[in-house]
Amino acid sequence: MATETQGAEQAADAGGLEFHPMDQFKVEPFFGSGDVAWYTITNATVWMALAVLAVFALLVLGSSRRAIVPSRIQSVAELAYGFIYKMVEDICGKDGVRYFPYIMTLFMFIVFSNFLGLLPLAFTPTSHIAVTAVMAMAVFLTVTVLGFVKNGVGFLSVFWISSAPLALRPVLALIEVISYFVRPVSHSIRLAGNMMAGHAVIKVFAAFTPLVLISTGIGLVVTPLSIIAITAIFALEVLVAFIQAYVFAILTCVYLKDALHPHH
Amino acid sequence: MEGDIVQMGAYIGAGLACTGMGGAAIGVGHVVGNFLSGALRNPSAAAGQTATMFIGIAFAEALGIFSFLVALLLMFAV
Repeated sequence: MATETQGAEQAADAGGLEFHPMDQFKVEPFFGSGDVAWYTITNATVWMALAVLAVFALLVLGSSRRAIVPSRIQSVAELAYGFIYKMVEDICGKDGVRYFPYIMTLFMFIVFSNFLGLLPLAFTPTSHIAVTAVMAMAVFLTVTVLGFVKNGVGFLSVFWISSAPLALRPVLALIEVISYFVRPVSHSIRLAGNMMAGHAVIKVFAAFTPLVLISTGIGLVVTPLSIIAITAIFALEVLVAFIQAYVFAILTCVYLKDALHPHH
Repeated sequence: MEGDIVQMGAYIGAGLACTGMGGAAIGVGHVVGNFLSGALRNPSAAAGQTATMFIGIAFAEALGIFSFLVALLLMFAV
């Protein structure tokens, strides 16, 4: 393991954890070993492809029969479609529905990456800022370009809050400009940070389990406790996996609403 | 020796950075608590505001995640 991180080596030197909780986020070639080039099939690309295949299986294959009385898979697909459609319509309004496919694509990809990443030995693509930053930058650029195309220079009024007192408006405009450009950063780091933190916590508790067993009698208490903790945190992670995908989609809707209707 | 002191500083800094996540926890609890106290007074209006609550949670939470990120950078990147 030549590519091990500095912290992992130190943990091993100190005789600490059995494995480092951050090791699960290493991008490695999926077949064999060696260097990672741009064409290498890594665990990240494999799990992203699996997420896309799962979305395809659910939405295309699952609803292809178009039964009047839906099967279980078809009703899940219909539920997901209706859920996102209603969210876009509620937040962006009727004219935002045109951009529904983009938000649906983002949501389904993120939710399946998150859920597949919860499988044991799986890799979570959305725990990497590189992956989420691309999605967040795409949203940011789309929304900015769309805002200028739809409203022209009038899009700049999104920074000029006309309901505030006149003396306060330049200050608020400065804050709004800063917060506008922080959007892609917070948008991507929120998703990646949540996934990374959750998975790292599970691995930390997993590493506690054998660590204390081999030491003293404390292990008899700590090992069952940490196994219970893994179970509880895993249940929380299932919830977080859905909520973070929902939050990513809902914030995309909010940004889109700003672009379509910049006047406060 | 000097490298060890730098390393120690980085680790202490990482620990201190994580205290910021406590602030995010307070913020998220504040958002949900206020939502709940409003929702229990007028339950019929609560369902329509769940999305707003999640947006509020997301904004409050992002800043805690930033401090977590600073901790990670100190642990692995510095």
